[in-house]
Amino acid sequence: MYFLAFTYEFWTPYRAVTQHQGFVNTPPTPIRFFDAEGSFVGPFVYGLNYELNLDTFERIYTEDTNTIHRIRFFTRGEPYRFWGRLDMDLHFFDAGEGKVFLLGADALGRDVFSRILTASRISLTIGLVGVLLSFFLGATLGGVSGYYGGLVDIVIMRITEILSAIPQIPLWIALAAIVPIDWPVTRTYFAITIILSTMTWTGLARAVRAKLLEMREQDYIMAAKIAGASDIRIIYDHLLPGYISFLIVNITIAIPGMILGETALSFLGLGIRPPAVSWGTLLEGAQNISNIALYPWLLTPALFVIVTVLLFNFVGDGLRDAADPFKEL
Amino acid sequence: MGGSSLLEVRGLTKYFPIEKGLLRRVVGHVRAVDHVSLSISKGRTLGLVGESGSGKTTLGRCVLRAIDLTAGEILFHHEGKTTDLAQLSRREMREFRKHLQMIFQDPYSSLDPRKTVFDIVSEPLRINRIAAGKALEDRVRTVLELVGLDVRYMKRFPHAFSGGQRQRIGIARALSINPQLIVCDEAVSALDVSVQAQILNLLKDLQADFDLTYLFIAHDLSVVEHVSDDVAVMYVGKLVEKAPTQELFKNPRHPYTEALLSAIPRPDPDRPLPETGGIEGELPDPANPPPGCYFHPRCPYAEQICREREPPLVEVGPGHTSACHFVDELELQGLED
Ligand SMILES: Nc1ncnc2c1ncn2[C@@H]1O[C@H](COP(=O)(O)OP(=O)(O)O)[C@@H](O)[C@H]1O
Ligand code: SF4
Ligand SMILES: [Mg+2]
Repeated sequence: MYFLAFTYEFWTPYRAVTQHQGFVNTPPTPIRFFDAEGSFVGPFVYGLNYELNLDTFERIYTEDTNTIHRIRFFTRGEPYRFWGRLDMDLHFFDAGEGKVFLLGADALGRDVFSRILTASRISLTIGLVGVLLSFFLGATLGGVSGYYGGLVDIVIMRITEILSAIPQIPLWIALAAIVPIDWPVTRTYFAITIILSTMTWTGLARAVRAKLLEMREQDYIMAAKIAGASDIRIIYDHLLPGYISFLIVNITIAIPGMILGETALSFLGLGIRPPAVSWGTLLEGAQNISNIALYPWLLTPALFVIVTVLLFNFVGDGLRDAADPFKEL
Repeated sequence: MGGSSLLEVRGLTKYFPIEKGLLRRVVGHVRAVDHVSLSISKGRTLGLVGESGSGKTTLGRCVLRAIDLTAGEILFHHEGKTTDLAQLSRREMREFRKHLQMIFQDPYSSLDPRKTVFDIVSEPLRINRIAAGKALEDRVRTVLELVGLDVRYMKRFPHAFSGGQRQRIGIARALSINPQLIVCDEAVSALDVSVQAQILNLLKDLQADFDLTYLFIAHDLSVVEHVSDDVAVMYVGKLVEKAPTQELFKNPRHPYTEALLSAIPRPDPDRPLPETGGIEGELPDPANPPPGCYFHPRCPYAEQICREREPPLVEVGPGHTSACHFVDELELQGLED
């Protein structure tokens, strides 16, 4: 998934912002293998014709079975800059002169499939970066809190309590509203990441602290102390190993929350702003009920969000089982 | 009888501060251990009994300097020298760590679930840089055999073992560096009765073979009966009675000891239970103990003086001390075997 996100330029047939004239709100293009007479030609798509329904002003698309556009692989298509550096134009597939919209096109004639993959980079990395950031905060502050205790512990715990008492979504919205509209995409991106992390680190800090406190009370720590182990040795030898698997599991479980958070913000128009695309901005385009009824493929980004979140949860569960020492061997 | 003493504890006191509020103001103290004096002879066992919460664990941990004490002396006599462990800095303490070990109550939390048996048992040796490589492995094998564990299980993790086996691993760990003194903190309390007997026998055998000295902590008298040479009874942080084991069981001189004795289930149905029939009431809060004798709210013999004045610990016989105002008047019932 992350691999796709990091190399989407190659996998997508079109750029996310390319508007295909005359293909507004096209439904997903079926990929066919046999032509109208039933003989095999390999993967291809038909050309598209449309008529305007004069009552509803809807475009009715029909396939033109006379024009066959074969799907071509490893083609040269629209040029792009890979990671903003490498000029390339290699694409995994396209349909030559024809258009292939695997998941349809939106109201501006942009390919939804290309946009989803493009958006995945922001959506997935914002989860990752945000979680890493909040983990850095949570693990350090929670660690300090749990290990040293005393006044530091109290102050940090009060902060987390106050932060977690504020309803999450309104706070995010308020913070996101402060981000100036005219900031460049990357800066907005980091601002949003930081905003998302402000809330999530608290839960983590508390979890890490609780874990440390619990582990510190274990008799095996006392045994190491009695044997003469130094603090460093105890942390390195006994606390960290138990703590790291716990961290990894928690990171995995926290990522979906971040992704959902970004999606929610962008959906409300407060997160990532066009022309940059994230799953949230894509869904923002699907806000209108009649749009959804008429062009259901605009909802496919939601499917990606769901699948991703589920995947992370499965991986997290798997890791948790693996990290459980009683299931080793 | 009576070798030279290995450990002498004088006036050992540990108060835990009770902190309240945002600024952690100290609003009082838990008097976990309050001016306790004990001594244990080399190669012998001192049983330490008292209800849960009476400060036994705290005392044991203070003796090993696992936690810092508030006041008192811990005199350790070894190789002709006497050292007050209470005065040593953490660094100076290092040298003495190899003489002092502990066996824990909970066979689960006392073994790191992420370490193999080998890692666990060899830890004290590695920390104190006593052995490495082949010598380390040989030593671990030897102690595992001593405690009756199959050396083939050396690479396994603790969860693969039963409670009794885990306790053997803990004993092997304590034994690995050949200590002088082992504090057994409720070492068998968490085990089934049949397993208890095995572990107690193991501890006795090891004591005979290696001239070990035990501070044997338990919350009921029946466990210490067969392993201890002397028994000390604690109540809310204070020592209330101390005597040679036989003497204490036959001829208790403190009402609390009598109550503890009466709580021991006996297989003999003909022998009538003493009047007191177990201990009623609860242990007082060690942060806020009652005035006078701490035991007076539960004591069937309590009089006015008990509520007002604290009884001193007095000698009532050879090696027998008791802290009760009526130590000379009362006819307390012991156990006859
Ligand atoms: N770390 C601690 N902080 C505060 N109070 C403690 C601590 N450890 C023990 N205590 C208190 O000291 C008293 C004695 O506890 P403990 O030594 O564990 O008794 P025992 O081992 O006889 O059951 C109890 O009241 C307990 O609550
Ligand atoms: S001093 Fe009084 S209350 Fe305390 S044990 Fe003796 S008789 Fe009971
Ligand atoms: Mg205890």
